[in-house]
Amino acid sequence: MINLYPLLIIAAVLFVVLNLAGGLIWVERRLLALWQDRYGPNRVGPFGLGQVVADSVKLFTKEDWIPPFADKAAFVLAPAVVVATSLLAFAVIPFAAGFVVADLSIGILFLLAMSSLGVYSVVLAGWSSNNKYALLGGLRAAAQMLSYEVFMGLSLMGVVVLAGSFRITDIVNAQRHMWYVIPQFAGFVLFFIAGVAETRRLPFDLAEAESELIAGFHSEYSGMKFGMFFVGEYIGVILISAMLTLLYFGGWLGPVLPAPVWFGIKTLFFICVFILLRGALPRPRFDQLMSWGWKVLLPLALVNLLITGAFVLAGV
Amino acid sequence: MPTSAGQTWFPVALQIVIAMAVASAMIGFSYLLGKKVKNKVKDTPYESGVPPVGDARHRFSVKFYLVAMLFILFDIEAIFLYPWVVVFKELRMFAFVEMLVFVILILCGFFYIWKKGVLDWSEDRSDVKVAPRP
Repeated sequence: MINLYPLLIIAAVLFVVLNLAGGLIWVERRLLALWQDRYGPNRVGPFGLGQVVADSVKLFTKEDWIPPFADKAAFVLAPAVVVATSLLAFAVIPFAAGFVVADLSIGILFLLAMSSLGVYSVVLAGWSSNNKYALLGGLRAAAQMLSYEVFMGLSLMGVVVLAGSFRITDIVNAQRHMWYVIPQFAGFVLFFIAGVAETRRLPFDLAEAESELIAGFHSEYSGMKFGMFFVGEYIGVILISAMLTLLYFGGWLGPVLPAPVWFGIKTLFFICVFILLRGALPRPRFDQLMSWGWKVLLPLALVNLLITGAFVLAGV
Repeated sequence: MPTSAGQTWFPVALQIVIAMAVASAMIGFSYLLGKKVKNKVKDTPYESGVPPVGDARHRFSVKFYLVAMLFILFDIEAIFLYPWVVVFKELRMFAFVEMLVFVILILCGFFYIWKKGVLDWSEDRSDVKVAPRP
């Protein structure tokens, strides 16, 4: 007798995440338009919502073009890797108490592992395209994601020290009296910056900086494979927002409203912050990005961990 | 509540299969649905509209290799901190002092590579005197 319960949860989680990722393309365009004083997509259906359907139909019916000069196996593999790994990370994200695919005792490690696998897709895409812009974009993305990954893990450790567990359910339950954003504010800021860099969102989109690298690592991609990089990026944004909610803002905990609603509200708030960042901040130079990550944020993450340890020792 | 390792990890394995199936379905459907048009110009790499010069198998800056090496060093250091974090509340002072020593040693190496200029991606041009225009 096979237990069908995990299958149901996986189906529900993937349904929500994939639809949200598709819908986010519309949300992002509408919100950016709002902040930039224009309309955004508003022709297809009510509020332009039909745009999502129209876009996906269009992407699916475009030619599946694999460049003859590219490394074909790696070229096809790269977009599949980004979608698969970012979907996989949702296996440990609890939407409410008990509503999780697998409540692993090493949940945070699993998340970090999956988010670092995303580097492969970018490097494979950039290298296999055999295009100079793509190569530069891929290299930049690799250096950026590796650099910011180092202190991404370290910045989370403050939360783990306080909760004493890598299990995400335990971490959320430990926040019943106080959200971890208060004692771990430095950790929250560091993790947020690392998260933006890890998802290659503006202002850290140097891997695909359109004004210098055309489209960076996905210059040669078209049709659905190009769309998959976008879907992967939006799933990444949802993932980082969900992690911020769970680890620093009490996850599904909240008064009156049901648990998944609270989780959804908080996650959507961070998604909107991601989009606002895109509308508000200019892109740094690559050397600024690297030296900032290594010289400022990495030592800060270490110091934050030591200070947290000292406070726990003192019993505060 | 799952008890054995198999019960805990079975859903993860299931999700691995389903996530890969979703990704392959996306590629597969677009392969089946899209039309195919052969075109000689389309089959050249994009280089902003000019005919491509050579291919992209170039040498690139050694800085990228250095970052990869630094990543391995510092990520292993971070991995050492992960188990420390979970046992910290039990070992208390002992764990804290041990970690302090470890982090100070790491920071020594960190400031060494900093002073060696590994973390500087652009040369400092502030000492270069630009001749004033006549």
